Formats: sequence, C-alpha cells, structure tokens
Amino acid sequence: MSESKKWDWDTSEELIATPSEWKTKFARVQEPYVSPDGKKVAAIARNEDGTYTACVNGEAWENTYENMWNLRFGPDGRLTAIVSEAGEWTLAVDGVPWENKFAYVWDTKFNEDGQTIAVKIQQDTRYGLAVNDQPWENLFEHIGKYVMTPDGQYMAAAVQAVPLGQAEVFKFKDEGTWTVAVNGNAWEKIFTNVWGLDCSPDGKHVAAEVRMGLYDYTIAMDGEMWPEKFNCVWEPVFRPKTSEALATAPVRAAGKWTLAVNGKPVWDSKFVQCWHQTYSPDGRKLAAIVAPSFGQWTVAIDGKLWATTFNELVTDLTFSPDGNRLAAIAKDDGHWKIVVDGTPWPAMYDMVWPPVFSPDGSKVASKVEKGGKYTIALNGKPWRECEALWNPVFSPDGKKVLVRCIEDGKYYRRIVPISEF
Amino acid sequence: MAVPATKLKEKKEIIDVGLEEGAARLTYERIEQVINRVITAEMAARMKVYVDTCIHCGLCSTACHYYLSHGTPEWAPVGKVKQTMWEILEKKGKVSPEFIKRASIIASTECNVCRRCSMYCPYGIDVAYIMATVRRICHLLGVTPQYIQDTAHSHSATMNQMWVKEDEWIDTLQWQEGEAQAEMPSLRIALDKEGADIMYSVIGPEPKFRAQLIYQAAILMTAAGVDWTMPASPGWDNSDMAMFTGDFEMMGRIKRTHFETAAKLRVKKIVMGECGHAFRSVYDVGNRWLGWKMPPIPVIHATQFYYELLKEGKIKIARKLKEPVTLHDPCNIVRGRGLHEMMRYLVNATCENFVEMYPNREQNHCCCAGGGVINCGPPWKTKRVESNSIKAEQLAATGVHICIAPCHNCHGGLEDIINTYKLNMHTMFFIDVLMKTMEIPDALKA
Amino acid sequence: MQGIYEFVRGPLLWLTFIVFIGGSLYRLISMYYLLKKKERWVFNYMSLKYSLRSILHWIIPFASANMRQRPIMTVMSFVFHICLLVTPVFLLSHIVLWDESWNLSWWALPDWIADIMALVVIGACVFFAFRRQILPEVKYVTSVADYAILAITAAPFITGFLAYHQWIEYRTMLILHILAGEAMLVAIPFTRLIHMFYFWFTRAYTGSEFGGVRHARDW
Repeated sequence: MSESKKWDWDTSEELIATPSEWKTKFARVQEPYVSPDGKKVAAIARNEDGTYTACVNGEAWENTYENMWNLRFGPDGRLTAIVSEAGEWTLAVDGVPWENKFAYVWDTKFNEDGQTIAVKIQQDTRYGLAVNDQPWENLFEHIGKYVMTPDGQYMAAAVQAVPLGQAEVFKFKDEGTWTVAVNGNAWEKIFTNVWGLDCSPDGKHVAAEVRMGLYDYTIAMDGEMWPEKFNCVWEPVFRPKTSEALATAPVRAAGKWTLAVNGKPVWDSKFVQCWHQTYSPDGRKLAAIVAPSFGQWTVAIDGKLWATTFNELVTDLTFSPDGNRLAAIAKDDGHWKIVVDGTPWPAMYDMVWPPVFSPDGSKVASKVEKGGKYTIALNGKPWRECEALWNPVFSPDGKKVLVRCIEDGKYYRRIVPISEF
Repeated sequence: MAVPATKLKEKKEIIDVGLEEGAARLTYERIEQVINRVITAEMAARMKVYVDTCIHCGLCSTACHYYLSHGTPEWAPVGKVKQTMWEILEKKGKVSPEFIKRASIIASTECNVCRRCSMYCPYGIDVAYIMATVRRICHLLGVTPQYIQDTAHSHSATMNQMWVKEDEWIDTLQWQEGEAQAEMPSLRIALDKEGADIMYSVIGPEPKFRAQLIYQAAILMTAAGVDWTMPASPGWDNSDMAMFTGDFEMMGRIKRTHFETAAKLRVKKIVMGECGHAFRSVYDVGNRWLGWKMPPIPVIHATQFYYELLKEGKIKIARKLKEPVTLHDPCNIVRGRGLHEMMRYLVNATCENFVEMYPNREQNHCCCAGGGVINCGPPWKTKRVESNSIKAEQLAATGVHICIAPCHNCHGGLEDIINTYKLNMHTMFFIDVLMKTMEIPDALKA
Repeated sequence: MQGIYEFVRGPLLWLTFIVFIGGSLYRLISMYYLLKKKERWVFNYMSLKYSLRSILHWIIPFASANMRQRPIMTVMSFVFHICLLVTPVFLLSHIVLWDESWNLSWWALPDWIADIMALVVIGACVFFAFRRQILPEVKYVTSVADYAILAITAAPFITGFLAYHQWIEYRTMLILHILAGEAMLVAIPFTRLIHMFYFWFTRAYTGSEFGGVRHARDW
C-alpha cells in the first residue's frame, strides 16, 4: 500500500480515544472500527432518542439518522456508513450523506486508493450499483456479485436482466435470465446463472462463471463462453501484468478439479477440490488451495503441493509482494494455524486472521486469538495480549509494525519495532 | 422379472408440469446415455454391493411410513428400489420417458430419504442413497417436480431457497431487530460482525414467512449474552433443496457459500435454526461433495445450542409449560446427529408434563414432508398427507395437544397431518417453548 | 459309478474350492479396488468401534428393533443360518473325509443332532419360500432367482439327508449330495449368496456412518 509511506511511523504510542467511555455519551455503542492508518477509531452509536450516528475518536457526526449500519473505513481513511432517513437509504461519507437516496443500499466496496466507493442499490424494485453518488443508468431485476478494477474505473456485476414469473422453471433453465453488466451496460448474451466474476486489471475484459441450462458450466469472457464445458467451475481470476486476457478458473471434469486458463488445463495434477487460485503480484506464479485427497487440504503452487496437509480447512492464500513466498490460514484438528511456505507456525490458536507479509517478504505477521485474548504474532512469535486488535501493517521499510489495539478500554495506535516481537 | 414401473398407475393422476414437460422432451437415446454415464462415472462399489447384497427379504417394509400407511408392497422401500434402480440397472438404461417420470415420482414424492429403512435392513443397505441416486438421474434428465425444481433454481440464483433478494434479507433482519428492541432495547442483530463467536444461519422460509423466528432467536441470543452475528450477504441460508433434487453441483456451491461466509466472518462456529434437512446438508452431505470430511467450521443445531445454553446456565427457565406436550424426533437431527437425548433434556427442563410418542428417538416415524417431498408443492400435498396415516395414529395416541417439532419440514408436514386428520393439536418449535418459559433478566427488559 | 464319485470328490471338489475361494476373493478385491478408485472417501469414515457395534447388534438375536417386531422371522433366520454353517463343518462324515485326506479332525456333532439340523435348514428354506409366496411385500420383490437360491441352499441338505438315511440308492445320492454342495459353494460368489461376505462390510460401513458421524444407533 503506497499510502502507508505518508503515515506517521515514528510516534511509538498514541492514545487516540477511549471507546469504553463512549457508553456514557450514547444509549448504545456498537463494536469499534479503525482507519487503515490507525489515526481514527469509530463506532455506530445510538442516541437516547433512538437516532443513530457515528462516533469518531469520541466525536459524533453532526447528522443523525433513523438507522445506520455497515460502518467501514475506506483505504484513504474516509469513514462510510449506510444510513436511512425518512425511509430512504444512502451512503454517508465522513458524516455527509450522498445526494441520491434509494429504496435500499448495501454491499459497500472501495477501489484500491479509496477514491471510488460503490454500493448496491434498489430503487422501485430495480437493482444496480451507485458509484460515488451516481446510480447506474440501467437498473436490473436483481444484482449478484460485483467487482471493480483497482483504479475504480470499471465495475462488473452479475445481474438478472430478464424478469421471471413464479415457478417458471423452463424459462429459467432454457432461456436464462442472468448476464453481466459492466458499468451498467449488460452483455447481450443471457445465461441461466452468473456467479463470481473478475475484471482484468486494465478493465478491458470481464470473465464470469456461468451455467447454461442445468448442467453446462463454463467461463464467459466479454460475453463469449469458452467452447469447453465442464461439470462445474469456480470463479475466474485474470492473470496480472500481461496484455493478454488470461482468465484462470478451477474446472471440474470426471469428478476431479484442476485449473484452466482460457478453457485449457494448465496443471497436470487433478484434485478432489481446487479453488481460490491466486497469481503472484508479478503474474508469474499461480497458486491455489487444493484437496489432494478427500479431507486433506493444502496449497499447490504451479501444480506442486506443499508437503504438509491439514484436515479441516485452508483459506486466505496470500503471496508476498515479491511473489517468492506464500502464506495461508489452515485449520487442523480444530486448531487454527498460520502456514508459511508449507510450514505451520508451532503455535495453535482459537482464531487467526489473514497473514500479512513485510514489503520484502521476509516477515509475516498475523492477528491471532487464544482464549478470548488477541495479539499479533510475527514469524510465529506473539506480542502482548490485548482486548481487541486489528490486522498489522508493516512500515514501508519493513522494520516496524503498526499495531492498532484496545487495552483497558483505550484505543492505542502503536508503532512497534519488529525487534520487540 | 421386475414389474415395469409404468404399470403402476397413480390412484388419481397428479399433473406436475415439471414432470410432464420434462418427460415429453426425453428420447430413449438421451435416457440411455445419461443413465450409463451415471452408472460408469458416479455409481461405484456402494451401489453395486447394495444391489448384489439385497436378498429381497422385505424386512425394510415396516420401517417405512408410506408402507405402514398404505399397506401395499409398492410403497415398501425395497418395492420402490425394485420399481426404479433395479429396473434401470437390469435394462442398462434402456427405459422409457414414462418410466423416468414414474421413477421421479417415486424417488421425489414417495420417499423422504429419512433413513429409517437402513435401520431395519439386516445389511444396513442405504435405501435413501439409492433413491437419491434415482433423483440424480432424473435431475440429469430434466424430470423433476416443478416446485422443488423452482426452489433449486432459487438456490442457484440467490443462494437461498425462497428467491429472497439481498436487500429483502437485510431489511427483514433490521425490521425484526426494530420489533424486538421494543421488548429488549439493547438487542441487536449484528450484521457482518467479524470475529463474533457465532454466525447464526437460517433457512429461506424464515425471512419469507416465519420472520418471528428470527425475532425470537435475537431475544434468546441477547438474553444468553452471546456474541453473535448474521451475514448481510448470500450465505445466510443453510438450506439446500439442490441436495434433494440431485443437483449436487449446486448443493456444493450453496454449501461453499455458507461455509466461506462463516470463515470470512472469523466465527468459531455456526449455529443454525431449527431445521433438519439443512443440518443434513451442512453437517453430512454438502460438505462431502466439496471434499470436507466434516464441516470446516463446526455446525451446531439449534436444539443442541439451547441445550448447551441451559446446561451452562446462560439461560434459565422461569416457568414451565403446564400443558402436556409430546416430542417429534426429526430424522435429520436424530438419525442424522443423535440429538434425541439433548432434546429430552430440553423438554423436561421447560415442560411439566412430557408424553413420549411411540416409537421414538431413532425409531420415530417420519413427518413425510422432509427429503424435499413437501417442497414438491401443492400438487402432491394430498398424497403426502394420505401417505402418513401412521403418523396421525402415532400423534393421536399421545392424547396431548402440543407437539414440539424442532424442524421446519416436520413442522409443515405435521401441521398438514393434524389438520387433515383433525387431531386437535398444534406444533411448536423449541424456540417457541423457550420464549414462553425462559427468564428474561430484568436489566434487559424494556 | 466309482469313477464319477472319484471325480466329484477329487478334481471337481478342487475346482469347486478354487472357484468358491477365488471367485469370492475376486468379488471382494474388485469391490475394494472400485471403492478405492471411485469412492475412496468411504475409508475416511470407517470406524472399527462402530463397525463392531453394528455387526454385534445384528448377529445377536433380538438385538435390533426389527428383529423384536418379527420374532418368527428372527428365530427362523438365526436357526437357519446357524444350522447352515454348523452342520456341514461339524458333521462326522465330513470330518472323516478331512481326516482321510488331510489327517485333520475335530469334534463332531452326534449324527441325530446333525440330522435334525439338516431338517431345520430344509424346513427354513420351505418357510422362506412360503414367506415369499404369502407376504405381499416379499412376493412383490421376489423373482425366480430368489427361489433358485433357496433351492441351491436346500439341495445339499436334502440330498445329504437322503444319502445318510439311504432310502434311495446310496451311491447315487452321495454323488448328488456332493454335486449339490459344490453347486452351492460355486454359486456363492456369483449370486446374492455373496451376502455371506458382503454382510460384514455393509454393516460396518452403515455402523460407522451412524455411529461415527451421526451419533445414532442403527438397530
């Protein structure tokens, strides 16, 4: 995150606010959220009169609302919440509601730098997206998953473009009702189903997992289906750092899963399960979470397996920025673990959060929980325990870690040198 | 040798567009091709061993409520296998569209896949698995009853059973939260609260028709002081009719969405409402299709959750129900998870007068609604109720007016039976009982 | 006659055992490989404890609900299977043959008891055949093959009984008896009599699923 270069990496301890005291100011206070740079802590609060506001560093937003939910900081530190007034919903950004109001608003997403904010909207039972306060011109019968490019210029969503009456089973499966809309413009081709989708980083291409009829699954790119049909597929991703449009998706044939790029298998190996394929940032390596045999989970990198398997779950696969290292969360015999390059940290936890690499990839840190207490573990070594904690962020030079934590009801922003772990 | 299934006519032909239209589109070639693909690619040792081992003894007959209610052999589990799978295997798939239609009727509307017959077969043959495979074949041939197919379509489009749109879901939760706050001001249905202990998941009909159950769950969670959340995205629905139509690919997709929603919320466990079939899908069937031996995030059925809350003293009973009650053991959490003793603990803790029905526990008779049968919709309702007179007798013999049934399908099925056979009873969920009996701490009251 | 006797007692018996043992092993091993190839996940759920728990509840008379609900059938099934297995193994005249050929011998049943047990097997087969005719739910699923299996099972006992009592020409009866016994053994791997072996595995699997996964009883 280039933003982090501008952050304060010198103040070792800063008491930002005391959320535990907010209860005296409001009737109710919900769980706190913190900004990416750690300078702000906020929570939804309910006033004695039943209205809602957001309390940021102890100060309430000027406006109050009938209802409020989904308080989230964007990458640029702006605070958003979905709010309602007079029965209409919209998004409030740093306390200021959008001008456009809708019958309903949900599912806030930000682009990489946070300048673009999108939400799903419903107006007069028509569905679409609103981006930076502008609703799509075309709205649809319904909306499914949506994604946006890192620059925030392109949004692609699964949309139901054709109305469907009650129990119209043949229309649903024969003619289809779903398609993909890019910035509000729907593809011509209609599918039975459209689920997960991805935009190429430049926004020129969109790929989506689709079903035609009840049995034929494939990936459709820019409205055209791969000629190959499969027994099942999972959501595609585009390979980054290439001018070619290389949609990559897990595909299932004859009861086994593998990865295919533009319809052609790229790995020789086949798995009981294969999903969450991830490219390294430079696009050179391809990894995925796989089950080489029933009930055994691990990671495959370019088709080669980690030596260790886990019997419950592997999730949150993360490449280091240089693409040379790979970490994931695993669950084995009821315990949560952080696994780096196939080797689990010795400690086991009640819960773990996605691992974070230092910029040079040499260190891994993760928020972990044991017995209701939270800490940050760096390369497996725990820091001290806190009441609440957010994901760690490495300084650009990799020598310090931003720790955002609550201790004794007080929210601190701390810069912890890695030597303290 | 085997009597062709087509010779057995319905008493009164029930017209189901899904079946009629589906069968009309079939050709012999397609049938043969699809069946043989299933035989070679999907069936294997289990089916072969079951079919080769079955000694045709008929001992499974009295396990089945359809047989006990109708008394004629075509309703016995083995009779249904004979009319479907034996014929399919013997003819190597050379069967008629009419046969497939009849096979679909048998597998989808004459079997609740309740697994009681596995307990009656000396070999433990899993007849439910055989029937599910027949449904799978019918699904691949596009011959599935209209209403349950529509439900499967809803799952595919919305990841929930009832075409509930994403905004409707969240709106319903906020509406129930608002209502419940009048009773308990501090109550909150926390949406997408990452790191909560519990994700509470429900089935599509709850927001659609039985929103008070969400209200009640929120009251219970708040009274017990539980750190819980509900997802604001698809994945909130744990139900699964695709499992029952034989659309296993869709079953996998639904279960994946459910588990990954829980994993993303970093919850320690999923607690689900009082639903049986959803439990079967989440705990036992759907996870397997995805390669998970057991659920990757533990799944706790509501009844077990209530039991644990009571045992740990997190909720207390202020007054017991005085009226006599009986308890219906739902197949998917009793034969499917052995929760029967915990449920008895709950009944005894909340009710003064508990009257067992017989048979009970694993031996209980099915409601005849589960396994997707009630989801086949209105055309099949009369047949479903007539096919369970044994249940009416079993209920009537208790002589009580309240039947606790901790499963949505059982609830619907039993209500239909009670009304048709005029049993002067009504059904309750455990949460209904708890709402009447539980102590609400003063600090939480409005 | 002696030549035929020598043949059925010698080479044909060898062949019978080869087919019986080889055929049964083939069935079991091929099923194992099929399971491994296509339903490998089944092994993940197998539990010795719950396999044995299930098997025990189904090899002990009246240990399951269904057995208690059908006392006559239960008694007939158990008596039939016990007599079917015990009689040929502990019959004095069979042990004498083992002794002659292999110098192996063990405790034998008194002849009069063996006689009764043979009659029990025959009687049970008649009972099962009648059951197939009389009970509609059984008749509905009964085919010619089901009667054939009963006939194959009863034949060695009928011929053996007749041979022992020598009411009909002994030599002929004895040869018929040996042939009938051989026919039954050969039939096992190729008919539903394979349940003799499959029983243990289907029960073990069902027991494991019910006990290990579903925490419920399967009896």
